[in-house]
Amino acid sequence: MLLIALLLAIWWIMVARSDGAIFPTPGEVATGAWALAQDGTLWRHIEASLFRVEIGFGLAFLLAVPLGLWMGWVSAAFYTLNPLFQMLRPISPIAWIPVAILWFGVGDFSPIFLIFISSVFPMMVQTTVGVRTIDRRYLRAAANFGVSRWVLFTRVVIPAVLPEIIVGMRIGLGVAWLVVVAAEMVALNSGLGYLIMDSRNAGNRYDLVIASMIIIGVIGLLLDGATRLLEQLDTVKWRYVR
Amino acid sequence: MSASKIVVDGIAKSFGDLPVVGGVSLDVGDGEFVAIVGPSGCGKSTLLNTIAGFERPDRGSIKIDGVERSGPSRNGIMISQHGSVFPWLTVQDNVVFGLTGASQAERMERAHRYIEMVGLSGFEAAYPHELSGGMLKRAELARALVVKPEILYMDEPFSALDALMSLRMQTELRRILDEERHTVLLITHDVEEAIFLADRILVLSPRPTTIQTSFQVDLPHPRKLSDPKAQELREAILKELGL
Repeated sequence: MLLIALLLAIWWIMVARSDGAIFPTPGEVATGAWALAQDGTLWRHIEASLFRVEIGFGLAFLLAVPLGLWMGWVSAAFYTLNPLFQMLRPISPIAWIPVAILWFGVGDFSPIFLIFISSVFPMMVQTTVGVRTIDRRYLRAAANFGVSRWVLFTRVVIPAVLPEIIVGMRIGLGVAWLVVVAAEMVALNSGLGYLIMDSRNAGNRYDLVIASMIIIGVIGLLLDGATRLLEQLDTVKWRYVR
Repeated sequence: MSASKIVVDGIAKSFGDLPVVGGVSLDVGDGEFVAIVGPSGCGKSTLLNTIAGFERPDRGSIKIDGVERSGPSRNGIMISQHGSVFPWLTVQDNVVFGLTGASQAERMERAHRYIEMVGLSGFEAAYPHELSGGMLKRAELARALVVKPEILYMDEPFSALDALMSLRMQTELRRILDEERHTVLLITHDVEEAIFLADRILVLSPRPTTIQTSFQVDLPHPRKLSDPKAQELREAILKELGL
């Protein structure tokens, strides 16, 4: 808190002394943000960005977790699919933008696809690694009691991997938020990324550019905080204590 | 002693070029408590894992109740040094884990009885990371006993505990075995633990391990290690181990 206050003070002093016309002071940024919040456009942009993240991330989660479990459990699946995914993984989501526009046009689908592409791999990799590193003594104990495959999966494998899945979700959601803003800067007419580009183009409103950046940061922090709440679940606490 | 529960006939096991178990034969009677002691790294755990069905022997056979053993079974539950109580389940859910059939109410009732027997009443809703090492062992014991296995395989079960807790758990185990009849195969490096608990003690040779000697322990329970006979036995076993 003190650090933030200090940085704000430095920022203010620097701008005031440099008497440049373009870069805004914190006061101007706050006023600009307030005006946007008042007329409702700010909420519209936030909502648009969050909606895209929700859908893209949700789809990625629904695909990544079952696929990761399968790849972790069945060695043949791992050795067949892993090389392919390892090759797709390092391609920056930004590089997919032209392809996304080609396939899905300039609507909501492009950013949703980009978010999906960027968050599906970290979640899948974490899940796979989680399954492959389950402590053998737990699997042995389950085998010892001769439980059914259903019980083995629902009571041993999935709970054992859940902490890794949550880590994957944190990474995935973080990347998704980075990507949605980048995608919206290129292709759309709503969302926080669009707000930044639009503010610059519409008469160098750098107060609104900075305001959007701060809002993006704060929302990112809140999203991460929300996934961290999952770490408080009783069934995963064992992984994070001691 | 009635018919043999476990008959091990000439099993051998190697890991790559390293022969670990080198031709072990042994019989365990129904309801008998056999302790196996040996120098560390001699292949004790491999021997027990093989008998319990987690590893396949390279040659030789293992028969339980006269039937060839092909894999692990709920008829013989393993309790090992590091324990395998599931950290994501409460004590209650861990104990219920292995129970199948029976109605929900019946399962709860049985779990309750064994949780009480091992002295964990009041901790049903606790998670393993909230328990001490001794309590974890109790939970593991309850989880094993509740499925009424005829055999307990114990691989240095109390060696990760401090000396005092280890002694207490030995006494508890003896008390439980008086209530519930089980055939027990215990691996340990603690000679006193073996004398305190077992009907018969087998001493293993270094790797590749074979059975070097066998001692009958004809002392009434509860045993006192200060008993001259127990001391004599201890000397004899330590001598076999080269001490």
